[in-house]
Order: sequence, then C-alpha cells, then structure tokens
Amino acid sequence: MQATTTDPKFANSVGIVTPQTMHFDTPLTLECNRVLPEFDLVYETYGTLNADKSNAVLICHALSGSHHAAGWHSEDDKKPGWWDNMIGPNKAIDTNRYFVVCLNNIGSCHGSTGPTTPIPDSSSEGEPGKPYGPDFPLITIKDWVKTQAMLSDRLGIDVWHAIVGGSMGGMQALQWSVDYPDRLKRCVIIASTPKLSAQNIAFNEVARQSILSDPDFNKGRYLEAGTYPRRGLILARMVGHITYLTEEAMKSKFGRDLKSGRFMYGYDVEFQVESYLRYQGERFSKNFDANTYLLMTKALDYFDPTRGYVDDDSLSDLDALKQTLKHTQCQYLIVSFTTDWRFAPARSEEIVDALMANDKPVSYVNVDAPHGHDSFLFDIPRYMGAVKGFLNAPFLDNKQQLKANNTKERLA
Amino acid sequence: MRIDHELAKRWIKPHSRVLDLGCGDGSLLEHMQQTLGVTGYGLELDEDKINEAIAKGLNIVEQDLNDGLARFADDSFDTVVMARALQAVKSPDTLLLDMLRVAREAVITFPNFAHWQNRLHLGLKGLMPVSEALPYQWYNTPNIHLCTFKDFEKLCADNGIEIINRYAVTDSGFGPGFGSSKRSQLISKVVKKAPNLLADVAIYRVTKANA
Repeated sequence: MQATTTDPKFANSVGIVTPQTMHFDTPLTLECNRVLPEFDLVYETYGTLNADKSNAVLICHALSGSHHAAGWHSEDDKKPGWWDNMIGPNKAIDTNRYFVVCLNNIGSCHGSTGPTTPIPDSSSEGEPGKPYGPDFPLITIKDWVKTQAMLSDRLGIDVWHAIVGGSMGGMQALQWSVDYPDRLKRCVIIASTPKLSAQNIAFNEVARQSILSDPDFNKGRYLEAGTYPRRGLILARMVGHITYLTEEAMKSKFGRDLKSGRFMYGYDVEFQVESYLRYQGERFSKNFDANTYLLMTKALDYFDPTRGYVDDDSLSDLDALKQTLKHTQCQYLIVSFTTDWRFAPARSEEIVDALMANDKPVSYVNVDAPHGHDSFLFDIPRYMGAVKGFLNAPFLDNKQQLKANNTKERLA
Repeated sequence: MRIDHELAKRWIKPHSRVLDLGCGDGSLLEHMQQTLGVTGYGLELDEDKINEAIAKGLNIVEQDLNDGLARFADDSFDTVVMARALQAVKSPDTLLLDMLRVAREAVITFPNFAHWQNRLHLGLKGLMPVSEALPYQWYNTPNIHLCTFKDFEKLCADNGIEIINRYAVTDSGFGPGFGSSKRSQLISKVVKKAPNLLADVAIYRVTKANA
C-alpha cells in the first residue's frame, strides 16, 4: 500500500498510503450493553511485517485523530498524517524496522462505523439505512481496545512489539496493557492520565453543551434535517483548543496583537488570537461530526481502567490503580510535558508510581516543551529520542534474566 | 567501570532490589542487572542521560532528588545506591535518612573535600580547588554541599546511622582492597593510615543503627 514518488516532500516519509477497511460481521457487545450487529474498522499500515510477526507497532489515536497517522494520501495532499514527525523511515517509530498499524476507532467520523454510518439491516435498533446519529451507542476506551484486539487477530498479530498513544491514545495503550497483558511487549503512554479530573470533565461538558444547545443540532438528527450544529462545534473546539495550549505559547504566537491595528469597539474579530481560534474552530467543524465529538468526550470522561479490576470502593485512586496494574506484563514508557496543564505531569506520575509500587518495568520522562498538551504532536528531539530508544532497546524480561543468572550460578 | 561502581557492586546482593539515585547513563545499573540480576530503577534528571539509559533497556524515572523519595514506600528496596550525587543535593542529611527509609542499606560515594590536593590548593593558592574528583569552578559547580569523610561520619553518628563498611580510594583508582600489584598494595596501606587526607573519593555502606 506504499508507493514511491519523486516529489521531495515524500523523501523523509512513508510516501503515499491508502487506507483499508476491515469488516466485522460478528455482533459486538459494548460496555453499555448495547450491541453493534456489525462494524467496519478503517486502518493504515506502514513498513513491513516480518516473518514471525514480532515487529508490529499499534498506534492509538487521540480525540480528533484518525487512521491517517503518517504519509500522504495523494501527490497533491496538503498535509501528511497527524503523527508524521513520529512515524517514518529512521524516525522515532522507524518504519524500516517496524510494521506500524493505525486504525480509526469506532464512533469516529473518519470511515470506521460511527454516528454518520447508515444503520445496517441486521440491526434490531433504529431504522435501517438511516444514519445512526444520536442513536449510536456510547463507546468506552475498553470497547475500542476490544475492537483493536479483534483487528490484531485478523492481521495475525498475537503480540505487539509496542502499543503507542498520546492523550486519549495513551489511555487506550494503558487499557491494552490491563485487558490483554500478554499481547504487548511495550506500552508508550504520552501526555495522558489514569483517569480524568473533575476539571477535565468540566471542560468536556462545556464543549458538549455548546453542541447540544446549538439550535441546528436537532437532537442529533441534523443529517436528516439537513442542518449542522456548526457554531456549537466551533465553540466546542475553541474551548478544547485553549486547554491544549499554554498562556506562554499564546502570548508568543499572538500576544495582544490586533488585526487592524486599532480597537473597533464591536464583537467582530479584533485580536489575532480570536481570529486564530475562529479559524481553527471553523476548519474543525468542517471535518468533524458533532455526534462523534459528543461520544468521544464521553469516552474520555468514563475512562477508568480500574473498573472491573477493583471492587473495593474504599481504596484510594493510587491503590486502585496499583491493584489494576498488578498483572501487567509489558515494559512501559510514560512521557509527560512540563507545560501540559490539561493532563499535567503529575497525572502521568500517578501511573509511574502505581507501576513502581508493583515492581513493574517503567521509565518516565517529563519533557520540557512550551506547547502545552499539544506538545505530543511536536517534533521535540528529546521526546522523539526517548521513544526511539525505548522501542529499540533490548527487552529486559526480569524473570528470564533471573532464571539465566540462577542457571549460571548453579553451573559455576 | 568506575572504581566506586566496582566497589559499590561488591555490596549489592544478587537478585536484590536496587534504587540508583542520580544514575546518569545507567552504566552501574546495567552492570548490576547483567552481572547480579538485580531489579530496580534509576532516578536521573539529565534528560540526555535518561534517554541513553532508556535505550539500554533500563528502567529510568526522571526525578529531581531534591524532591525527596516520598513516592517510594518504606523498605521497598534492598539497597539504595548514590554515586557522587550527595554533595549536589539541597538537603543531603534529609535525603540520607530518606534513603534508609526506603531501603535497609545505602551505598554512597562522594568526593572528599579534605583530600590533600584540595587542602594544598586552598592553603597555598587561596583558590577553590579544581581536581579530577571536583572538576568545576566555584561559580558553576553543582556541588553545593561539599564535605569531608570526617564530616560525613559525624553526620551519620548524629543521625543514628551505622557505617557498615568504608573504602577510601584515590584518583588513580588504587585504594584499600583494590588491585593486587605491590605498588597498589603499598598505596592501599598508606591511604588506610590517613584516608581523610589521602583519599579523594569515599564509598560508604551504611544502615540504620539498631535496625
């Protein structure tokens, strides 16, 4: 699925890539107890799977992400995949060594089955042929991980060399290590958290309310009504975007610069930062489905890997996480960014501490970067270096190591 | 292999749990893992060194030692190792006690400020010493709490810390119990007589008294 091309922009990239679709016709029971009778997963792959299928790396996408993580879709594509600076030949996730898979989560609007998909004939819910819209079931991180494991089975990948994700992607990687401990060797969790804080949920609620209260939302049936909650989605994205940046980053990028150089005494765009937010919101509203935004922010809010693993409510968050991570088997790399206040370094350290309390193999880097939560998408050498070194490092299986040493001692 | 690494290793039990404070590029931790089968973590602040250590497959956690070891439970390790970092932390006394909270034993190495070359440097030249063990100028040194062997042993005595073993070694790497040539044995004998004057690096193995 990769093509070589002479355009210099493809020189340091996986080149032109084509998404593929995997159809699943076995019913999928979700955490909310509803059933998807069938579903599609759209995914892309980069690099080559080796003979013993031991070099596969799974990329989990963040809130507004998709399966298109690296490379270009066509010669005149304007932008590469969302993590192109991370994935490619000789890059941190080196496609000369690894077979990289990135898929689009269900519930999304980028090809995998989601609210914009027509309800299949096999469904016992809703009217077949009509888009799911607001009737699409609420999805959890655990559900996503389950579908990703199903895709792994189809691709013949029993054990991932690594599972990597930033932000919401990091939550999926963490959940993987808990739900399928023997199916991954390494887990990279970047700019993430073991669960959302009340403040995180509050921001998500503002975003949802701005969509839900848009008159064009039509109770989520906007596709049939021929409307679209554009303003609500713009507003939701603006709020989100502010939380992904930092005051310092905004100051250096826009300051208090005025578009026309003087106050206009009105409510049109006057400051550069307003212009930027509106542009970003506008662009996002054209590419993203409102129902998807709603369900994905809910998936974030619901995320709690300890559910199902801890039944004692009296445990502290840290103790619950400790208990949950007890049976994990992979080696972890946790990365946070100093200026990320949405998922601050302290949130990453909760995961690190819970792992260390269990004697689990974990490394942690807190990367100094000015871009806030969004830092995980930037090409920061120390960050990329840590990921690259971790993925390429020898895997230290302490149990095997000890066994080897014991044997040596006995022989000596 | 640095001499203090070599010596510290003699006091680490095979297959034990070790915490290495200020582990740098992880060379000691790697060596201990490979030869002794120990498990554990290295704490380090320098991100380039962290990356180097991670690339070796080690478990490295970025942390400022000045923040203490509160994240670790009591007795969660067998040994805490700290090579040439004690003099660079804000509260060496508090950290030392914290180390003996999270582990039964601590192995610590630090440069001896009372080494004769330092005494000469300050005494004759009137300038702050710069040497192999202390390779910085007074204004850019990370070593903010320099001490002598005597100072350290007084700190231990005042805080109920028992010294189990001590090695005093010199720049060249020859010290008591190290090297087998006649020359090194001679140097060993001399250094043993007046370690506070003649040795520039000390390696201590300490534990809580009455523990």
